[in-house]
Amino acid sequence: MTEQLRFRNLTLGYDRHPAVHHLDGAVRSGALMAVVGPNGAGKSTLFKGVVGAIKPLAGGIERNGVRPEDIAYLPQVAEIERNFPIAVYDMVAMGLWHRKGLLGGIGARDRHAIEHAIETVGLSGFEQRAIGTLSGGQMQRMLFARLLLQDARVIVLDEPFNAIDTKTCADLLVLVQRWHSEQRTVLSAMHDLELVKAHFPETLLLAREPVAWGATADVLTPDNMRKARHMCEAFDERAEACVVPEAV
Amino acid sequence: MMQGLFDSFADDSVRHSLAAVLALAISAGPVGVFLMLRRMSLVGDAMSHAILPGVAIGFLAAGLNVFAMTMGGLTAGLIIALLAGAVSRATMLQEDASLAVFLLMSLALGIVIVTIKGVDIEQIMEFLFGETAAKMNADKLLVIAVNSTISTAALALIYRPLTLDCVDPGFLRAVSRSGGMAHLVFLALLVLNLISAFHALGTLLGISIIIIPAAVARFWTRDISVMIVLAMAGALVSGVVGVLFAHQAGIPSGPAITLVAGVLYAVSIALGPVGGLVWRIFPGRHLEA
Repeated sequence: MTEQLRFRNLTLGYDRHPAVHHLDGAVRSGALMAVVGPNGAGKSTLFKGVVGAIKPLAGGIERNGVRPEDIAYLPQVAEIERNFPIAVYDMVAMGLWHRKGLLGGIGARDRHAIEHAIETVGLSGFEQRAIGTLSGGQMQRMLFARLLLQDARVIVLDEPFNAIDTKTCADLLVLVQRWHSEQRTVLSAMHDLELVKAHFPETLLLAREPVAWGATADVLTPDNMRKARHMCEAFDERAEACVVPEAV
Repeated sequence: MMQGLFDSFADDSVRHSLAAVLALAISAGPVGVFLMLRRMSLVGDAMSHAILPGVAIGFLAAGLNVFAMTMGGLTAGLIIALLAGAVSRATMLQEDASLAVFLLMSLALGIVIVTIKGVDIEQIMEFLFGETAAKMNADKLLVIAVNSTISTAALALIYRPLTLDCVDPGFLRAVSRSGGMAHLVFLALLVLNLISAFHALGTLLGISIIIIPAAVARFWTRDISVMIVLAMAGALVSGVVGVLFAHQAGIPSGPAITLVAGVLYAVSIALGPVGGLVWRIFPGRHLEA
């Protein structure tokens, strides 16, 4: 299996404070990987680094031929302005961004693809509804429809299964499994460990520092979970500059 | 009454004014909608005062010359918009706070310049409140038409990133670098429309034809494209009725247009299907599940 993403001594953060600290390792092409850790562990920050929305404080991410348009990103639902007056159809259509850019027209074939994506996630009939009228589960289905349209080799999901019911969760997991069977690389931030054990062969346990990374059963041990919980969440305001010998 | 209306239409400057508000409505409607959706309505208000010293410098240099005042206002507005945008992106200061600082300095400078020049009180009134409809001329109409054309075309160009930057900024940053560019272009378009509005309504009230129609439209739809069309229509109705009213009553056009827009706003608050008061007071029986 080839490496798709390699993290080299990667440190990401805000205002010089690291949120992900000295991460090393590689994500194989076609991997189905859960990223697990307490709130504030750096899961979202890691994903923002992967999609290129923030720059590393130190170290780097090698993308081995993965172009920005090869990565599809599902932000946390909380980051979406739900009061914005936009219809489900238009929101899903944004998944065509890389093919359409600023001005490209949406043709008959594109409309068909958009409708098909909406149908696949079970939102037929909701096309013209404003996004503010959707339930939490429907919102997440809509965002998955947008991911389907992006048709990317690498798919990055930030807490896709939080606060949604079991039926929606099961439906969306079918899509994740389908992406996996299509050899796409899927990274997903997760809190439900039972879901992780049942569906994700590989896990990265993160608590700012990487705690463990490997086969899910080896990573999610009681010992590792205790370690992760003990890592403090707050920034140390008086932290010294971090000096580490360059990794070889 | 009807005869009076015919007289108004026979007047050259009234016809110029009507053409001007048509052009202004088409470009200011969508700009106002995005201002509102980006929670920048008051930022727009601040910007309208920030262009004052530029206009004053143009006035100082060339008297009541449309093109000199336009260039002055445009330059001042763009400098302040870009400075405020750059300061807020490079530092911890929020954009509204950073704009407020620039606005206040700019306004103070404007007053100093106008006072040094020593203009009479009538000119100051005209400057702030807009001239009566009888004073719209072909030069101003030309400036407004050019601004509206540029603004409408440029907004179409940044429509997608601007929308996505409001609704899902995380996704936009992942697919494109155009978010910051779209924001700065949008600020520039705001300045362009403020200059047009300044010529039609005066500096103090110019922003009203941008902001009020957008707030009106919000009460009638949940879809952004419909909202933009409604904002254009609202601006057009306010502009046309306001210009005719101003000419009939012999008052400045700025307050006339603003008050007509205010009436539309009051009606929308009362009757608008999206959140209007009537539907809260008389919600009707609930529907079948």
